[in-house]
Amino acid sequence: MGCLESLPYEVLLSKISFKEAREFLSRYPEKYEIEPGYRMFDLNIIGVPPIRVAVDGDSLIFPFTKPCHGTFLIRVQQAADEIARLRARA
Amino acid sequence: MPEEPTHRAALLVMGCPKVPVQTSLVLYLAHRMKKAGIRTIIAGTPSARQLIRVADPDEHYTMEMKDLDATIAALANGDLPITESYVFIHNDAGISYAATIASLTHRPVTAIIFGEEAEQISHEITFPCTVIAEPAIHNPIPIKIKLEEAAPWDA
Repeated sequence: MGCLESLPYEVLLSKISFKEAREFLSRYPEKYEIEPGYRMFDLNIIGVPPIRVAVDGDSLIFPFTKPCHGTFLIRVQQAADEIARLRARA
Repeated sequence: MPEEPTHRAALLVMGCPKVPVQTSLVLYLAHRMKKAGIRTIIAGTPSARQLIRVADPDEHYTMEMKDLDATIAALANGDLPITESYVFIHNDAGISYAATIASLTHRPVTAIIFGEEAEQISHEITFPCTVIAEPAIHNPIPIKIKLEEAAPWDA
């Protein structure tokens, strides 16, 4: 399992519910649904399907869940490789 | 005396250990499973695992323990064959972990929901699983009774 700390990330929202994360991401025009456990940035994404992730310019925005602190919405810039992988799945 | 080993391998998933009943219930379920010859793997955060390790230093009740994130990665890679999962939940994150495990394993999941918001959290479950829910915080007996009624170790 990877570590979020190794990424240049920004926290957009913290300690929210998985539903709030899904609703927030629905506002982005370019978004994708991934299955639970989908691996990106060396992390397995945790969540209740459908899990949304969004592309905003060269950034990827995704939910990151911790057992004690709930879900965070994370933005990682310069995510071209992961964005390309998502687009290729669509 | 433990029964003969079965083919079953049960994953017991601990959430954040801040609600007291969790550690007690995980030890109890692991004990009943082990006695029935079922292999158990307990997954949890470092603190959750330390609570178990200190309470059961000689592993009378428990068998294997694994890091929660490493367990998810192993399930996603198909490296951890299990026959069933029991996910201990007291918050929104617990539901996310249970849904993820259900999706990754395609095996039966039991959501054991406790804490002040047990009823509200149980309504958030939208994926197929068995639900055992009681608003227990300090007293594990109501959930222990429900576990005994369900008796998953006898299934």
